[in-house]
Amino acid sequence: MITFDYIRPATTKAAIDALKKESSAQFIAGGTNLVDLMKHGITAPQRLIDISRLPLNIIEQKGNMIRIGAMALNSTVAENALIQQQLPLLSQALQAGASPQLRNMATVGGNMMQRTRCAYFYDTTLPCNKREPGSGCSALQGYNRMHAIFGASDQCIAVHPSDMCVALAALDAVVVIADSKGERRLPFIDFHRLPGNSPHVDNNLAKGEMIVGIEVPLNNFVKHYRYTKIRDRQSYAFALVSVAAAIDIKENIISDIRLAMGGVGSQTVATNKS
Amino acid sequence: MEKFFFEDDNNRVTGKAVVTGKAKYAAEHEVEGVVYGVLVGSTIAKGSIIAIDTKAATKAPGVMKVITHENSYKVPGYDYGGNPAKGLTGGKGLQVFNGNTIYFAGQPIALVIADSYERAVYAASLIKAQYNQDVHATDFAEMGKSVIAVEGQRYKDNIRGEADAYKNAAVKLEAEYIVPNEVHNPMELHAVIAKWGADDKLTVWEKTQGVKSAQRSIAAAFKLKEDDVQVFAPFVGGGFGSALRTWPHSIAAVIGAKMVKKPLKLVLTREQMFQLVGYRPYTKQRIGIGADKDGKFIGITHEADGVTSMYEEFTEGTVNVSKILYQCQNVTTRYKLYPLNLSTPTWMRGPGEATGCFALECAIDELSYLLNIDPLELRLKNYAETDPERNRPYSSKFLKEAYQLGADKIGWKDRDPRPASMKQGEWQVGYGMSTGLFNAGRGNAKASAKLYADGTLIVQTAVSDSGPGTQTSMTMIAADMMGLPVNKVTFEYGDSSLPPGPTQGGSTTTSTLGSAVYGVCFALQNKIIDILKTDGTFNKTDLKVEDVSFTDGGVLLKSDPAKKRTYSDILSKAKLNQLEVSDDSKASEQMRNYSAYSYSVHFVKVLVHSKTGVIKFDKIVATADAGKIISPKTARSQMIGGVVGGIGMALMEEAVIDNRFGKYINNNFADYHVPVQADVPEIEVAFVNKPDPILNPIGAKGMGEIALIGFAAAVSNAVYHATGKRVRDLPITLDKIM
Repeated sequence: MITFDYIRPATTKAAIDALKKESSAQFIAGGTNLVDLMKHGITAPQRLIDISRLPLNIIEQKGNMIRIGAMALNSTVAENALIQQQLPLLSQALQAGASPQLRNMATVGGNMMQRTRCAYFYDTTLPCNKREPGSGCSALQGYNRMHAIFGASDQCIAVHPSDMCVALAALDAVVVIADSKGERRLPFIDFHRLPGNSPHVDNNLAKGEMIVGIEVPLNNFVKHYRYTKIRDRQSYAFALVSVAAAIDIKENIISDIRLAMGGVGSQTVATNKS
Repeated sequence: MEKFFFEDDNNRVTGKAVVTGKAKYAAEHEVEGVVYGVLVGSTIAKGSIIAIDTKAATKAPGVMKVITHENSYKVPGYDYGGNPAKGLTGGKGLQVFNGNTIYFAGQPIALVIADSYERAVYAASLIKAQYNQDVHATDFAEMGKSVIAVEGQRYKDNIRGEADAYKNAAVKLEAEYIVPNEVHNPMELHAVIAKWGADDKLTVWEKTQGVKSAQRSIAAAFKLKEDDVQVFAPFVGGGFGSALRTWPHSIAAVIGAKMVKKPLKLVLTREQMFQLVGYRPYTKQRIGIGADKDGKFIGITHEADGVTSMYEEFTEGTVNVSKILYQCQNVTTRYKLYPLNLSTPTWMRGPGEATGCFALECAIDELSYLLNIDPLELRLKNYAETDPERNRPYSSKFLKEAYQLGADKIGWKDRDPRPASMKQGEWQVGYGMSTGLFNAGRGNAKASAKLYADGTLIVQTAVSDSGPGTQTSMTMIAADMMGLPVNKVTFEYGDSSLPPGPTQGGSTTTSTLGSAVYGVCFALQNKIIDILKTDGTFNKTDLKVEDVSFTDGGVLLKSDPAKKRTYSDILSKAKLNQLEVSDDSKASEQMRNYSAYSYSVHFVKVLVHSKTGVIKFDKIVATADAGKIISPKTARSQMIGGVVGGIGMALMEEAVIDNRFGKYINNNFADYHVPVQADVPEIEVAFVNKPDPILNPIGAKGMGEIALIGFAAAVSNAVYHATGKRVRDLPITLDKIM
């Protein structure tokens, strides 16, 4: 049996310190993807650092932006009055994801950190560059009707499965990242990476860093917005393609527009224009 | 029987136990000292095992034994040293751990037994096999090319009238239809607990649709007396056919329990559910159908290419539907079977008829457009009043009534017959319909009944209930016969030591077992009459069953209803604690002169998005001629369940094989889609509800299979009507419409 330690630090700082100490440690929050990865033998952390109870679940307006704590649950964010009033596109995208049971466990930070659902990534008997760099990509010539349309490389054609991320990309969100020295901010659109020659690296989070929150600037996309998800069944299915779209109309003129696509690459594809 | 009087009080008798978690499924029985087995599957699809390194696994914490073909207990009923190339025979199954030949990916090569499930899983990951790998055949596109069909008498052409007569018809259609591999995927994983007791007696808790057939299979494999094997299956969390046979994993569990001398529990993983418990086989069908200008069928030719494993023959009656569903003089059928490096398929709800009706019922729809005749009218023009294959009458057939019921409820007359003519905003609207049929059988069964002095009744028989609500319908039949409220009747089942009941498959349980329960209650009625003749109650020594009513927990004289005696009175006066009877029930001689079928009709209204191709159901109507409906609520649920399965078959289910590796690639519940609540619209169910006067004394025909048969064709037909695009290969995913 593969054994592992489980710890639950009381503070964000203690959690980040714990991550630093043990090289194979990983954060766990809702665990909706990580536990699957452990069961499949894709990852085997020797220490799980439970961050789900850290005080990072606040959803609040701060000046001209809304800050969402990384540990806020997907279902909580989707149903939050402030989000529904000010960022209805985000609420809609969250509701389109997974199933109610999963949304009740999954956190905002975990949603960003989830890994691809490419079937070859999960079958440890088959080659996969994302799982085992240099082993080859089984999906390239395989069952790939849900795989990348944009930004793929000859190393990997996997897509990031999140719905929430598509709305975040459309809404110019910023990721708040902390390490032992302090905080930094990264535009959401730069968070996930294209596969290139290192498809095993999903994102630009550095070692020892933690996502502590998301900041979304207030906008006027509260009236004309839509998250559309095309999938093989009406719920609990990943997108064949999804679109987060929003416009702002002033005096019968479209003054601002946002368009982002999900299910088409390892990053959300956004064509935001002001 | 005159009526079933619990129609307003028709809840599932086990419903509360199921939804509150009190119902115990196969893996949930608490057996003291149980150890855990995990199966390791082959990573190649064809070849042989050169060596298996089990050292690391054997040394892993908690591991008690690792079993492979090299050290397995020799199953007495197996054919060791046999030559697997003897040719395909049906019904033998894979002999687990017998020899080193690999026939399919996932074939069990080792059983790891440990003191906890987690330890067994980990140790299983340490097993390393070395193979001599051969080139496998899993590609359906190679059937008839590099993969050659099985030869044999049963694969000869079957010709009624003139061969391929459709070719000379005024209006004709030829088309090819594909049904992919589909996996039953019941929610409950297949599981077994095996426990050897003293004197080589064996107890098995098994997920099975037939406790008696499981008992027979296990007893035969281990050369035990049947009575020395006791199989329990009090609750079965869905089967859909996958639990109709005893699979190699169950035999492996019994081997494991024998070798470690402890009770052993083995639960398959969801991935193993794709490999080890059967599937609906991929079938490619060609239909040729021709009619005269008035729509009268001139000829039907139905050809099917099915698949089986490399070690066992499995065939389906796919093409038979074309022989019997419509009146047509000239019918040609051809069936070919191709062995591939996959496990053996098995019956999946509606088996061959569901596959066959998809092709036939789509083809008839296609023909209707060529003829410019309404598809329902075309079916009525070719309605079979008698069995066209066997030239004999039906025991009952109310298909016309089922058509009418469905057409009225969906609003068929409002349909604009032109394809792609109806719109609703951005959605294209389509109506489609289809017919399904399945043999209505009645087999042998035995039931016993005990009436106690406190007015309670116990009825017993060894049947499983995999979901249709057999306990409920049997309880109702007994309650109705004896005039007792349902809460005074207990139906005991799911234990092979009870009087032999049928395996729950082929839509025969209600007909077979319902007749046995009816029969045993009738015997009980007669026994009560015998007592009443002599105890002076009614002063009638020639008292007959017809003279009385069994009602309100007792007997009353029809000619003088004031004369009423409760069962408690009767038994206590006779100084009896209980009355016990048993009854053997079997089909009547009369049935040999009749054909018996159940029929379903599905009407669907679909919405297809004009830009994205997304398909939604607006409304579904399912009607059936299933004879007398015994238990209306569970019958309705069964029809709904069949439709939900049909939605999966029509729109989403396909077990995808990556032919480079010869293995399933979407082998989990996230990637292999079955319908979720959001996919299911309002489903209206209506039964003709007329008793079959010949088949059995209760008038019921079967309905588990017909609930699904034909449904996928109705959807394909509706999608064509909505869009003008004909999808002939299932599932109808949106990329095939765009």
